[in-house]
Amino acid sequence: MVRDGGDGVSLHIALWQVAASAALLLVSIGLSWWLKLGLGREILVAGVRMTVQLLLVGLILAWVFALKQPLPVVAIGLVMTLLAAQASSARPKYRYRSLFLDSFVAIFGSSFLLTGLTLSAVLRIHPWFEPQYAVPILGMILGNSVTSVALGAERFTADLHARRGEVEGQLLLGATRWEAAHPLMATAVKTGMLPTLNSMTVMGIVSLPGMMTGQILAGESPQNAVHYQLVMMFVLAASSALGSLGVVLLAYHRLFDNRDRLRLERLGAERLRKPASRPG
Amino acid sequence: MTDLAPLLTATDLRRSVEGRLLFEGLSFSLAPGQRLMVVGPSGSGKSLLLRQLAGLDPLESGSITFRGTSQEAWALPAFRAGVMLLPQRAALGAGVTVQEVLAQPFNLKAHAGRTLDVPQARQLAQALGRGPEFLALDSVTLSGGEGQLVALLRALLLSPTVLLLDEATSALDPDTTARAEAVLSEWCATGVTA
Repeated sequence: MVRDGGDGVSLHIALWQVAASAALLLVSIGLSWWLKLGLGREILVAGVRMTVQLLLVGLILAWVFALKQPLPVVAIGLVMTLLAAQASSARPKYRYRSLFLDSFVAIFGSSFLLTGLTLSAVLRIHPWFEPQYAVPILGMILGNSVTSVALGAERFTADLHARRGEVEGQLLLGATRWEAAHPLMATAVKTGMLPTLNSMTVMGIVSLPGMMTGQILAGESPQNAVHYQLVMMFVLAASSALGSLGVVLLAYHRLFDNRDRLRLERLGAERLRKPASRPG
Repeated sequence: MTDLAPLLTATDLRRSVEGRLLFEGLSFSLAPGQRLMVVGPSGSGKSLLLRQLAGLDPLESGSITFRGTSQEAWALPAFRAGVMLLPQRAALGAGVTVQEVLAQPFNLKAHAGRTLDVPQARQLAQALGRGPEFLALDSVTLSGGEGQLVALLRALLLSPTVLLLDEATSALDPDTTARAEAVLSEWCATGVTA
């Protein structure tokens, strides 16, 4: 079906068409079965989970869009941030007690700050909370921050664990906690930013970004879609830098005390993780 | 020598691991020029005692005093520059050549204003039975014993006041062990090396 929507032409996708595309999951499940990867169940669960999540989000967004009130927009943003912090802090193998809180602070700080800046200073949306803009932009920034924060925290805690001798060796030679931790912090922040930097490098050549593709499919002109994409990529780069730096700094303050001691006993390995959830 | 004021004093130290008591009521006092040996079976807490002395682990009880000032009152980086622990398997850290490994800690704030004395490093290496080419070796290719030697050299070149050695010669051959002990004895007796 072709629907004429004011500024362009977009294809309307019916539910049966979505269902047909879901059949493609069978390809990956079949491959997993054939190669004995043991991923069939996981692929199925991930697929069902994603479907339910996206359908629910569609319903909630339609409701929030209709309300045109700032409070539900902020509330939905907070819920998204909480879920992001949850996902991000579940990832590292070595965790400490306030990792969830630190992840939340890093994700909240970077995402809300940059969403606010994008909406008010770059795109100049009125009112600023216009959900059609605020929610998807926050969503994209959050999605990116989750990865950066998770990777940054994971790398820093894993490195502290693996390179304990090196860090304590520096402390023993008279290094301050900052001097001893600095090389590990730099590596962790770099690790957190790497996916964003990589995708910036190949963007437009190897990959056409999802948002741009979506806009073009929905009938937007390529130039305008590119401008949106550029704005988003600059914002995403900033958010991944702020997010990974934020969580690494917070973790640093938890795992080194102010007497320049590494407190590795505060870092516990997670023992409950199911082996099936770790591919490879 | 006994009438000199003590450099390092430990009073009533205690250490336990997961509810298991390793030692308690441990006290000693160390004057300039004195040597103290800690003997005990594996797992009796010798290394953990040294970690407490170096301020790497918090004290469970008692106190440690260095140059008349409690460890509590010291900024620990400055304390550790004075009371330096050489762990059994010291990490050599950043630096490609041995000389770079030896120079690296001089970039730390605790050693500000000082630089590596390369002639002294060569002299010390020679006293330990290594030629001048030793400083140019790639630190990644060093054997376990050579690594231990570099760590010992690095600690001595930083000229700490008290040196805490945790099995510092465990990976050295008998000849090099004898040389290391001679260097350490001289350092202890005169406060200077090589």
